[in-house]
Amino acid sequence: MSETPQAATSTPESQAQTRIGRRFAELRRAGELGLVAYITAGDPSLAATREIVLAAADAGADVIELGVPFSDPVADGPVIQRASERALRAGTTLAAVIDLVADLRRSTEVPLVLFSYFYPILQIGLGDFALRTAQVGADGVLATDLTPEEATEYRQVLRAAGLDTIFLAAPTTPDERLARIAAVSSGFLYLISRTGVTGQRDQLPEDLTALVSRVRRSTALPLAVGFGLSQPEHLRALVGKVEAAVVGSALVSEIERAESGAAAAQAVAARIRSLKSGSHGR
Amino acid sequence: MSAAAKNLPDERGRFGPYGGRYVPETLMAPLEELERGYAAARIDAAFAQRLDDLLHNFAGRPTPLQFAERLTAHLGGPRIYLKREDLLHTGAHKINNCLGQGLLAERMGKRRIIAETGAGQHGVATATVAARLGLECVVYMGTEDMERQRLNVFRMRLLGAEVVGVDAGSRTLKDAISEAMRDWVTNVRSTHYLLGSVLGPHPYPAMVRDFHKVIGIEAREQILRAEGRLPDLLVACVGGGSNAIGLFHAFIGDESVRMLGVEAGGRGHGLGEHAARLAAAAGYAGARPGVLHGTYTYILQTPEGQIATTHSVSAGLDYAAVGPEHAWLAKERRAEYTAVDDDAAVDAARTLARIEGIIPALESAHSLAELIRRAPQMSLDQVVIANVSGRGDKDMDILARYL
Repeated sequence: MSETPQAATSTPESQAQTRIGRRFAELRRAGELGLVAYITAGDPSLAATREIVLAAADAGADVIELGVPFSDPVADGPVIQRASERALRAGTTLAAVIDLVADLRRSTEVPLVLFSYFYPILQIGLGDFALRTAQVGADGVLATDLTPEEATEYRQVLRAAGLDTIFLAAPTTPDERLARIAAVSSGFLYLISRTGVTGQRDQLPEDLTALVSRVRRSTALPLAVGFGLSQPEHLRALVGKVEAAVVGSALVSEIERAESGAAAAQAVAARIRSLKSGSHGR
Repeated sequence: MSAAAKNLPDERGRFGPYGGRYVPETLMAPLEELERGYAAARIDAAFAQRLDDLLHNFAGRPTPLQFAERLTAHLGGPRIYLKREDLLHTGAHKINNCLGQGLLAERMGKRRIIAETGAGQHGVATATVAARLGLECVVYMGTEDMERQRLNVFRMRLLGAEVVGVDAGSRTLKDAISEAMRDWVTNVRSTHYLLGSVLGPHPYPAMVRDFHKVIGIEAREQILRAEGRLPDLLVACVGGGSNAIGLFHAFIGDESVRMLGVEAGGRGHGLGEHAARLAAAAGYAGARPGVLHGTYTYILQTPEGQIATTHSVSAGLDYAAVGPEHAWLAKERRAEYTAVDDDAAVDAARTLARIEGIIPALESAHSLAELIRRAPQMSLDQVVIANVSGRGDKDMDILARYL
């Protein structure tokens, strides 16, 4: 990749410019914890994903992460692994997920983040990927296995296209790396709550508060905490501490259990309403 | 190839464009810790002494460089020498790396070791070293491979390791690596991931190579002693590519020495039929650069960028990606890569058994098959070293079908 697309009309450093930044500003004014909903795109079909995303947005999801299925998802637990396999069996590709975003944008203004392993992005090519993703109205991208060290060009190209680049921070991340991660992130910073893969847990980790305050010292970006969150009380415990909670496997499990795409959309919406009941802290 | 080439990878773990470190953030700190721990061990004389002692007295180094007198006469070509890594404890070169990383884990205070295994050779070597050093050991293995290599499952359990079946994806090596990475991401603070080939995120490709360099260092001294000159050609099989890098590395600066890596041609040239990532010139489809298990290298993949399924009669070569240093040696044309099919590998195993009294692993038989094919076109005064990376006991079920 030698040239950088000149599509930037926004000033990428100012987070209020994207739908993600605007939504976090609204949440801050309302004193509300945001809910970031992860859904594997194409599970069980892209048509079903469309209905599920619209229902989730309607039920109050503040940001939706569309997971791009990958054959070897090393960061994911069994629930999202199975969802990826179902989506791949249905023939889901990254190109088709980008088309789905275009379709969704005709019906909703909910902030949309593509959540992918780096490999499929690389296959499309960074420049083409960034242009198409921005053109169809996605707001940000998170590449699970891409850290700041390997992301110099990725970040330049995506930011020039007006996309937020969301990076992960983990409990194992030392302070000097936290600063480096914060410096390349925009939109929000995704804080992994515990060492391990994605999947539901009964309780929040005990050291989460200390981790959050450590990350706070490195960044003014909104923090979204994920991995293991599934219950309204998990969200309630985060109100006033971070800006958002990410829920993934709990929603994907609802989709796995549902007997049809319509039933999945209903179940996800109900789960989101229940989770959101915890987001005001009362 | 410049002299600087021998000092790769660079500080970012790159061999030219290949290599690097593509992992979830949770693994970055442990990889940096491993890099620091390895750098400290490399300059620690006590570490080197302990490793040398175990390689010598436990594993059985140095291994012979045997003149294959009858095979040489049979083929009527170059003088053929066999580097007998099959004679090492546990039956393959894998123990070199396992001893190195096992000692490193111990030095870094990690009392729990995890590993992936395909054919089971790396799993057995890891379980062996864990037992020797008194470390807890968990080995991930695809359920398909557990079925194919049952004997090695029993060996690992006898050695005190826990063998965990992986029932995801293709249920082979690729899925075992993914599951081992998931374990590591969960237990990073207590656990060392003892990766078994020159694959994965930096520093693994360089570190695993370093622990296997002893193969080429010995072979270079041995051939100079036996022939008074360097060989014309080195031949080794390439799955991830650890035995090949181990043999090649001491010769990289010797421009007169040609190096040949032999991949698995499986049962055909189409995607899904083989595991040839660098042998595109030989007509094998589907390999392009991409990222798998933490490294940027040549990978067999679908047009959409999903990892393709692979096939080989030899489980140890049955993997979609190749070590990044091999990708770079191919790009620089310092080494040549080709592939031979299942049947040719089995034939070569039979030939070596009958003519030299050595039953090679089916992995190693791939390199011998290519040597058998080429030898008649080489001249009588040329010298070749072939790496017999492992012994074939584990493959008896498969070989028996061809008797």
